Amino acid sequence: MTGALLEVEGLRTHFFTKAGVVKAVDDVSFRVERGRILGLVGESGSGKSMTGYSILGLVDEPGRIVAGRIALNGTDLTRLDAAAWRKLRGNRIAMIFQDPMMTLNPVLRIDTQMVEAVRAHQAVSREAALARSREALTRVGIPSPDERLRAYPHQFSGGMRQRVAIAIALLNQPELIIADEPTTALDVTIQGQILFEVQKLCRETGAGLIWISHDLAVISGLADEVCVMYAGRIVESGTVSEILERPMHPYTRGLLDSVPSRNTPGRPLSQIPGMTPSLLKLGEACAFRERCPRAVDACAAAPVVRDLAAGRTLRCVNPVA
Amino acid sequence: MSAAAAPLLELRGITKRFEKKLDLAGKLARKLGARLADETVHALDHVDLAVNEREVVGLVGESGCGKSTLGRIVARLLAPSEGERFWKGRPYAEFEPARERRERLAVQMIFQDPYASLNPRMRIVDVVGEAPVVHQLVARGEREDYVAQMLQRVGMDATLMRRFPHQFSGGQRSRIGIARALAVKPRFLVCDEAVAALDVSIQAQVLNLFIRLREELALTYLFISHDLGVIRHVSDRVVVMYLGRVVESAPTAELYARPNHPYTIALMAEVPRVDARRRQYVPIRGEIPSPLAPPPGCHFHPRCPRAFARCREEVPRLREVAPGHISACHLNDPIPA
Repeated sequence: MTGALLEVEGLRTHFFTKAGVVKAVDDVSFRVERGRILGLVGESGSGKSMTGYSILGLVDEPGRIVAGRIALNGTDLTRLDAAAWRKLRGNRIAMIFQDPMMTLNPVLRIDTQMVEAVRAHQAVSREAALARSREALTRVGIPSPDERLRAYPHQFSGGMRQRVAIAIALLNQPELIIADEPTTALDVTIQGQILFEVQKLCRETGAGLIWISHDLAVISGLADEVCVMYAGRIVESGTVSEILERPMHPYTRGLLDSVPSRNTPGRPLSQIPGMTPSLLKLGEACAFRERCPRAVDACAAAPVVRDLAAGRTLRCVNPVA
Repeated sequence: MSAAAAPLLELRGITKRFEKKLDLAGKLARKLGARLADETVHALDHVDLAVNEREVVGLVGESGCGKSTLGRIVARLLAPSEGERFWKGRPYAEFEPARERRERLAVQMIFQDPYASLNPRMRIVDVVGEAPVVHQLVARGEREDYVAQMLQRVGMDATLMRRFPHQFSGGQRSRIGIARALAVKPRFLVCDEAVAALDVSIQAQVLNLFIRLREELALTYLFISHDLGVIRHVSDRVVVMYLGRVVESAPTAELYARPNHPYTIALMAEVPRVDARRRQYVPIRGEIPSPLAPPPGCHFHPRCPRAFARCREEVPRLREVAPGHISACHLNDPIPA
């Protein structure tokens, strides 16, 4: 098969508010290959979640995809109507949210919710759907799935609930899974278990995965490729080892340097000054220049994306050597 | 031990139980034969903790291990069910009320959520300035100057003091929370997940602020976090808790180099690291048991890869395994002949 599973090109998702246009996603391009994991890293407000929502067609008013192409196996999703997009969601593209209670209905049993998800997309019997649900729960490591199918969401712990949400995402064997910080609220030991399951599933089923996170450490152990986002734009992308071992954008560099385990204990951490800019006031210039130690006059012009090598891009005029 | 050498703050044998009594319907149901009982959460089980003057003690553990409860007991926001608290070697119970009130100010708390811990209807000048005026540390007329001084200390623009909390970002709110705690001139800060809600680049700024304040004001910290990287960076000594008990404690470098307790070892193995690439995760099995019904013996035995019969029956005691390094694990005992 040729071509990537997902190709996003020049995606712009803007919000037209009374205060002005918020460019939440501004000229974002990346690819996801089958069976590979793409890490989308950024701080709050960087547009990483909104990129995920755009792929699923979940952008609410006053937001709108104003430009760009989102191609899943060559089909441009931005041209789909609401009904076609609805057929896609939970079927060919699945989403795992940060808070599993957003996915689960608190007043319905797990089996009801899982069977519904299967039968919404495929004409199968209730029994067949139940069997598939049981199998999905087993696959994400839930013990005694038959009992658990008859339980309500509140009877699960946080980690178990997230597993159920992942099992629901897997039900229809999606080609693409978008995971939005699914382990942020979990303890490290539980996070470890979930990362383990997710990694295994991707390799086994050949699904592509977009893992959205602010946590560089999680991304570094999980992803194959990484895109670093800042203020709605991808500032740097490449394979995980290139980005983490040879970061070229001053923002990526600053982020990595501020991780506590990379600093000498007890000494001041190296820090990025200032704070993330308001997305309302962004012009065409590099949004990081006010916080950037390497800013030069040329940063006031719109920085263009440069392809440095296959799959390695950079949006900076004065990169770290 | 002489009074001068006593720890600044000490807890001995602290136990905290949260009890939920049956309501009327429950009692009736029990009368009719339903198997219902009062529910008791064993949040802390005989915890000892000593923090020396100017020391930073890191407290790690997963959710539900009792670390926040312990922090609240240290800050005197909660009373323990059993056990005693000492300040500079003297039990709090001995202090007369006026002295007790004064000493209470010496321990202040920084809360996790910079959004929920500031009153949205109060201006920053009131948030930071209220307590020092009430406690007569500052005259009412000097309040604004004092608040300005506090805000500058935490790296904030003092001209913003007339604003409300919602006009600030997460990092700035954290700074306001710190300024509020510092306003009553504490000696000891309990930081409960104080940087957990912040973005990486902002987290570094706030951690640096903590490190700088420690130097400038000769502060002592109890730093509570689930993040082993943060704890390693700021702490002199680390205490690891699991389900209401201290399982291990050691100087930071020693603990990270030679973790002893199987739980600590597992915890360290699970921590994602920036330098690790595409690792194969081998997770510890199972979940944290409910503190409503903690397992007998060592609380960690149902998840422990090295558990044996004794772990299921007998609670392991904390024993010294190296100078200043204590651990509660039966594996450390000499094998009986």
